[in-house]
Amino acid sequence: MSRKLMLLGDEALALGAVNAGLSGVYAYPGTPSTEITEYIQENAVARERGVHSHWSTNEKTAMEEALGMSFCGRRAMVCMKHVGMNVCADPFVNSAMTGANGGLLVAAADDPSMHSSQNEQDSRFYSAFAFIPTLEPSDQQEAYDMASYGFELSERYGTPVMVRLVTRLSHSRSVVDCADVADEERELTYPPADKTRQWVLMPGNSRIRYKEVLKGWEDLKNASESSPFNSYIPGSDHSLGIVAAGIGFNYLNENFPEGSCPYPVVKVSQYPLPEAMLGKLYDECERMLVKEDGQPFIEEQRRRGVGDNSRVCGRLTGDLPRTGELTPDSVRRALGLPELPHGEKCKVVAGRPPSLCQGCGHRDVFHALNDVLKEYESAKVFGDIGCYTLGWLSPFNAIDTVVDMGASITMAKGAADAGQHPAIAVIGDSTFTHSGMTGLLDAINENTPVTIIISDNLTTGMTGGQPSQGTGKLEAICIGLGADPAHVRTIDALPKNHADMTAMFREEIDYRGVSVIVSRRECIQTARRHAASATRK
Amino acid sequence: MKTDIILAGVGGQGILSIATIIGNAALKENLYMKQAEVHGMSQRGGDVQSCLRISSRPVASDLIPAGAADLIVSLEPMEALRYVEYLKPDGWIVTNTVPVVNIPNYPEGEVLMAELRSHKNVIAFDMDSVAREVASPRSSNMVLLGACAQLTGLPTEGIEAAISVVFSRKGERIVESNIAAFRAGLARANGA
Repeated sequence: MSRKLMLLGDEALALGAVNAGLSGVYAYPGTPSTEITEYIQENAVARERGVHSHWSTNEKTAMEEALGMSFCGRRAMVCMKHVGMNVCADPFVNSAMTGANGGLLVAAADDPSMHSSQNEQDSRFYSAFAFIPTLEPSDQQEAYDMASYGFELSERYGTPVMVRLVTRLSHSRSVVDCADVADEERELTYPPADKTRQWVLMPGNSRIRYKEVLKGWEDLKNASESSPFNSYIPGSDHSLGIVAAGIGFNYLNENFPEGSCPYPVVKVSQYPLPEAMLGKLYDECERMLVKEDGQPFIEEQRRRGVGDNSRVCGRLTGDLPRTGELTPDSVRRALGLPELPHGEKCKVVAGRPPSLCQGCGHRDVFHALNDVLKEYESAKVFGDIGCYTLGWLSPFNAIDTVVDMGASITMAKGAADAGQHPAIAVIGDSTFTHSGMTGLLDAINENTPVTIIISDNLTTGMTGGQPSQGTGKLEAICIGLGADPAHVRTIDALPKNHADMTAMFREEIDYRGVSVIVSRRECIQTARRHAASATRK
Repeated sequence: MKTDIILAGVGGQGILSIATIIGNAALKENLYMKQAEVHGMSQRGGDVQSCLRISSRPVASDLIPAGAADLIVSLEPMEALRYVEYLKPDGWIVTNTVPVVNIPNYPEGEVLMAELRSHKNVIAFDMDSVAREVASPRSSNMVLLGACAQLTGLPTEGIEAAISVVFSRKGERIVESNIAAFRAGLARANGA
């Protein structure tokens, strides 16, 4: 029995995993991956079974927790946005070496066009160099189907499996055929006797295991050739052969609806690449056009893999744009089809960048900070990842750097080491526990003159208000790490406290050691939601 | 049947509720559909857009190609114009005329209205006033839904039924108020 549901790509993967007997999802929120975990948190079956779905502190802890669950034979999934792959790179790459026991899926949601991200990195590079097979759904139905398929692949080959999503699939809804009944969760079963050694990655064990991983990679290449998600679709016109990866397949079908494509096509949704299919396409066609969302991963491999690479084209040759997500329009141009008739872009339309909400405590922090910093000749403010990144925009223009989760504190420390004063870090509460605490310990151990403002809105705001792992503990964490309690100060981020806040900032900037100021005010969005649900009750 | 709709507005205005309701109505008609929406940073007072595609045949792309949109449905006049290159030559623009001015370089009202009027098929009026009159200031999006309902290719009764389904959790009063706003938008589009 099945039923039809309207689901986001993220939700389809989530429900697919629950229906395949998932025992735990581990994640840190990050656009466009957040809705996978949120869906499982709200899913009735998952709730009834007590499927683990509590947010993790960061992607590294999430990956390791999921690996622990897999070690015990149960099915686990880790979810993150693409840059989360950087944070969990250590356990991710090494999980190929340990292998998986219970099915282990790593969902990485890439953000081509950087709708809500700082770069366009493509997670397929990670899985390729780690020797981890990857599934890349072309639509919501495949996202659903690939959860169960991915768990089976993971268990059959004893390896974690990546599911690579992109924004336009993660955040697009469609009708999905879903099973009515969820599979049972797996029993606790530990790695068999001949597989226990690979879970201890000492050099002697790893050298043996690495050879097995490489051998397994050959088996996985064969699995890709017979995967239900990869296919060679014949065509009569051999002037062009098309490789359509993931969502690129939809843009092809948009332009050649319902099987009307005259060219042979290789649909790629499972990696390692189906080399035999691609080789056949290359040999029989005059040119090979690679359509993939994100970076030119397949295109680069193909250009490396053949002697005469002049017949491979795509993003590297300018047939498709080098940057940004694929669109039906860019694919249409690459196929040499005429544009549909349409008007010009309207010239009077102005850009409308996002901004901090009215009533947001981050605003009070930036107002106070800007007022104080006028008094110093060359203050530098190191920002971080979250809503407060918007402090770079006018009217605040309040921060000088934004790099990655936690970098505000460590960059401020490095700047102070270089002789910069004032060196100020502005970081949110959730980002602080994600990756700021370790940097704070560095600063404390050297009593580096930095002023760290933790702008605490009691939530992970940017991604829609998920619980923040440090709520109620921030001052205790800082003092516990060794910060001088006299310089761990708290203030409510409210307009009426403007004078007190500026005074506090000034005092702590002038103190030549580590200070932490926790400026606290609940996120206006979550506060409204809490108020509304209180009224309903 | 095939209708490609671009929904536009400013973060927080409620365009995604419109998408949910049309989607619900399309599902009842057993139609295929895809709806790409924007989450994350783009929600904070910035421009927000959603592609909604409904069809009796399978829908391939989640995004609407340039020149394929039958309809641009917007809660804000400048946001309606942001996507005109996606509109079919005989496509329709249905928009609220009340501007959200949260940027320093927002175009002059006259210039904006002249641009709107330069398009062939436009339904544009002050939807906030209509919403205030018949329901509540927060139902401008349902006035907009009413104003574009007959251009979606879906039966208007089906859309009205979907409003009840989508808002049922919030109680009878909210459902009625949203339906009143929807009907007022519909009547206004019919020249009543």
